[in-house]
Amino acid sequence: MKLLTVNFLTCAIKACKGSPAAFPLHFRDVELELQDVDFQPEFIRNIITRVDWEGLNKMANELNFPNIPEMKPEGEALENDQLLKDLHRFLLETQVAEGKLICGNCGHEYMIKEGIANFLLPSHLV
Amino acid sequence: MSRPEDILPPDLFYDDNESRKYTTSSRIRNIQADMTHRALELLDLKSPSLILDLGCGSGLSGEILSQESPEQGGPHTWIGMDISPSMLDIALQRGTEGDLFLADIGQGVPFRPGTFDAAISISAIQWLCNAETSDVSPEGRLRRFFEGLYASLRRGGRAVCQFYPKNDAQRTMISGAAIKAGFGAGILEDDPGTKNSKLYLVLTVGGGGLQGDITGVVDGMNDVDVLDARRKAMERNHGSTSRKGDKAWIMRKKEQMTKKGKVVKANSKYTGRKRRPAF
Repeated sequence: MKLLTVNFLTCAIKACKGSPAAFPLHFRDVELELQDVDFQPEFIRNIITRVDWEGLNKMANELNFPNIPEMKPEGEALENDQLLKDLHRFLLETQVAEGKLICGNCGHEYMIKEGIANFLLPSHLV
Repeated sequence: MSRPEDILPPDLFYDDNESRKYTTSSRIRNIQADMTHRALELLDLKSPSLILDLGCGSGLSGEILSQESPEQGGPHTWIGMDISPSMLDIALQRGTEGDLFLADIGQGVPFRPGTFDAAISISAIQWLCNAETSDVSPEGRLRRFFEGLYASLRRGGRAVCQFYPKNDAQRTMISGAAIKAGFGAGILEDDPGTKNSKLYLVLTVGGGGLQGDITGVVDGMNDVDVLDARRKAMERNHGSTSRKGDKAWIMRKKEQMTKKGKVVKANSKYTGRKRRPAF
């Protein structure tokens, strides 16, 4: 699962809707892997406006990735090819293979196995 | 013909064997590819986008999204959700490019508001009309699904869901649930009246470049007739000026009763005529 996807995920449980602690989900025992993805500068420019930068910084801290800019790059900064390549490597090519995602509000654990996250909920939590 | 929806819940119906058959059948692959291309045409995406694939199965529709050529606005990045572990297993073996989630779309869509540019769903949402346990209802599942989908799309985003309703009741139930969630909705039918007829529920979230109502989606497409049920309903309301008790009303009632086989007085020039005021 791409780190970009994790930046968009929230807890699926009804009680966590709208709670600020439900985003971002926290990592535990994760194994990361690198997978080649075609570099598409246009896609990154399109998606970067929707990325939650605070959540991304928290995530980078948890995973010990050092070179994420403090502020969201905007305007002319997005013409910088090296920056886009770095973002591409971090958001799209770095993928979670195994591990758990944990909601900061209710503590529910979502298992990730072979890159597939299990978001099925028991019916009493829906 | 038997419908898989009537046999078992989706996570059990698509077991290892059934998922393999589904993914390797060239007939199904062709149909799925055609429908995905049609859906992409309706989505009208101009640049590489983030797409949610609901009921992605083994990634048959997803691989078309990742293969879309740059001239057509692709290739797109997609995230897929499906309830069948066997289907996802095959998607994994086939090495699809999208991220996969084992999730029940009837439980909602667990993404931040405004995440996706578009959503696509091929032959999946009719499964929501079945409730497998007594603590959920089809209406509740449809409501949660469409509300979650509405929130997760960005302003001006679109969703196209191809589905196979069992009957007209299911068709209205699904489109009604979408409208209630806030979507602008319309149904596009390909090859109507034939065995190959395909229904696409086209949904729009307001605030985008689309001017006017949902019919704007098919503007400029060849061979599409627009049937506006709303206009017909308006005309019907306007046309019938007959009030209870007047001549037209009486004639209609008499006709109804005759059809029921009741004894009805013959019509004459006095039928439904105004009585003179009594002094």
